[in-house]
Amino acid sequence: MSDLKEFRLETRTWLEENCPPKMRTPVKSDKDACWGGRNWEFANDDQKLWLDRMAAKGWTSPSWPKEYGGAGLSRAEAKVLQQEMNAIGARSPLSSFGIWMLGPALLKFGTDEQRLRFLPEICRGEIRWCQGYSEPAAGSDLASLATKAEDKGDHFLVNGQKIWTSYADQADWIFCLVRTDNTGKKHHGISFVLFDMESKGVTTKPILLISGRSPFCETFFEDVQVPKENLVGDLDKGWSIAKYLLTHEREMIGDISGTKTLNQIITEKKYQLGPMLRARVAEYEVDEWAFSQTLSRMLSEAKAGASLGAKSSMLKYYGTELNKRKHELLMDITGHDGLEWEGDDSNDGEISRMWLRTKGNSIEGGTSEVQLNIISKHILQLPGA
Amino acid sequence: MALLLNEDEKMLAESAAGFFADKAPVRQLRALRDDKDETGFSKALWSEMADMGFTSVLVPEEFGGVDMGFMAAGLIAEEMGKNLSASPFLSTAVLAAQALKQHASTEQKAKYLPQICTGETLFSVALDETSKHTPSQMELRATASGNGFKLNGSKCMVIDGHVADQILVFANTDDGLSVFIVPANADGLSIERTIMADSRNAARMDFDNVEVTGEQLVGALGGGVEVLDTVCNAGRALLAAEMLGASSQVFEITTAFLKERKQFGKIIGEFQALQHRASHLYCELELCRSAVFSALTALDDNAENVGAIVGMAKAKLSSVAKLAALEAVQMHGGMGMTDEIDVGLYLKRIRVAQELLGDADFHREQIANHKGY
Repeated sequence: MSDLKEFRLETRTWLEENCPPKMRTPVKSDKDACWGGRNWEFANDDQKLWLDRMAAKGWTSPSWPKEYGGAGLSRAEAKVLQQEMNAIGARSPLSSFGIWMLGPALLKFGTDEQRLRFLPEICRGEIRWCQGYSEPAAGSDLASLATKAEDKGDHFLVNGQKIWTSYADQADWIFCLVRTDNTGKKHHGISFVLFDMESKGVTTKPILLISGRSPFCETFFEDVQVPKENLVGDLDKGWSIAKYLLTHEREMIGDISGTKTLNQIITEKKYQLGPMLRARVAEYEVDEWAFSQTLSRMLSEAKAGASLGAKSSMLKYYGTELNKRKHELLMDITGHDGLEWEGDDSNDGEISRMWLRTKGNSIEGGTSEVQLNIISKHILQLPGA
Repeated sequence: MALLLNEDEKMLAESAAGFFADKAPVRQLRALRDDKDETGFSKALWSEMADMGFTSVLVPEEFGGVDMGFMAAGLIAEEMGKNLSASPFLSTAVLAAQALKQHASTEQKAKYLPQICTGETLFSVALDETSKHTPSQMELRATASGNGFKLNGSKCMVIDGHVADQILVFANTDDGLSVFIVPANADGLSIERTIMADSRNAARMDFDNVEVTGEQLVGALGGGVEVLDTVCNAGRALLAAEMLGASSQVFEITTAFLKERKQFGKIIGEFQALQHRASHLYCELELCRSAVFSALTALDDNAENVGAIVGMAKAKLSSVAKLAALEAVQMHGGMGMTDEIDVGLYLKRIRVAQELLGDADFHREQIANHKGY
């Protein structure tokens, strides 16, 4: 038996024994997931047990090195783990910007000291992170950000405002882009710093969205002291980290696999489709399939050593536009049912609220228009792009 | 599924790219059209394609082929698509070769497959009868008569039907759909060449008591549906691959034009209205490449749901290749309307390829039926 087969069998047995029953049901919404952090209230004992057991195995972020809280799994092993989890309907034990975003940045740009300090507690779900990127006057034009960090000897003094900070009101720490020099070009003089959201001078204010929910905040910094050792990478060179993470984020947003397909929803509730809608659903399904094939082709290329580069903009652009189309179709398919805003039957209006939430997909992480600009410039090399 | 080319496939793609750019560039199609060539393709080219092993790409080695599979055939078709190379590749080397390989008797294979490999015998597959591809409704009948059958009815859009030596004819019998090999010179068969919008050739065929014997039957009597699946899957995937080549090339021509044409004192590629449309099309074409590779891989792997995968690829390519051609005409402005530049030739070839063996609507309908919504 090959090592991988053996690993699969061991994993299967372990999951069967250790994944509690309530963690084998689909996650209904963002708030139904486990986000961890200092103030996290577990929905039930199973949720806590599942997180603790998986974290002890290093399986909340299985491909990270063991010394940082991961399990050091190869890509193939991590894939097997995911497949075996999918097979029994096991939930992801932890939803975490620390794992998805900060971790990759620290692994690439951080010092070993920083990795040892921050990564293990991320893996254990003890610290919840948020991302401080956009500002009121720096959205699509992110590099024009103005939140200021002054050098005060042993610390930076941070003043300014961020916006669209996901779950800032519930996060423990923030990774944040700040301006440390404004004398040169706008991409220069940006630095990547980390600080505690409980620091004096940090306030947050949730933003009520059209979905009736508030996943984002305005975040204000007034004379916040950030220790110098919390600078990641070189001073003034934070833009390269920001770009790296944005690329990472774009690939994630672009990936819409793992959610229910339209066909599944139609079949489960036996929705009747008129001929025109039926045609649009079929057209969508072809595009969704072709996109999923493209994701796996890009993954193969990346594994073979080719950098995705600007192609991540293609995945971001197409994936988010596709997701918006999917939710428009879902509203068309479910009709009156989908319009329900409150009540248990509709899981508190999940269909309509998701429909509204997805409108932001093509705005956050760089708008569709910005992605098309990037493709025009870096791939097609059109003049003046 | 890797969806990446291995070293052999990369080499084949390179040699096919060089071959068609050199031996069958777009100007060859123009010359065939303008000279009103009787065959509509270059026999010299076909013979060289045989030397290269292109005609025998799907034929097993025991029958003289190189047997490289669908990914290889797709790479050849893609290069033919880029250059708009006219040849009986689809009709003979793909549709007929695959049908014979999968369903013919050993005697039939031994007789015909080597002739396909050497390029000496051309085949056509007579399938469609109406204005739209509707394989579920064929009217042509084969009525039992003596030792064999008599064929009555008509076919249209028989690709390369005017030059074929042998024709695989789909016909209804009392036992169900069946396929017969009919020589082009059979008594009672009249063939009318139809030159299509893309300057390539199809034919209308009328069968008036055309006699065939049981030996001319391909596969079992009433086993025509399986042959139909074989022919359609192979043809649709290869048309998708050809459209990938044609649409990528016309996109390339268009982006080059955007970088060169000046209006309002600017290079028009500077205008965001055009940049965004070009970038969108770029994304669509990347999806198309994935779709085509998936379809070809599914055929090579003999995947269980191969028909559905190939259908999705044909649907995707039919709609995106059309978009690429339309954008090319529009972005070229007045020049796009002229016969002088090649853009119109791509538009016309893509229009034909998108229609053949089912357009996007046809395949979406199949998908909806298959999934049951």
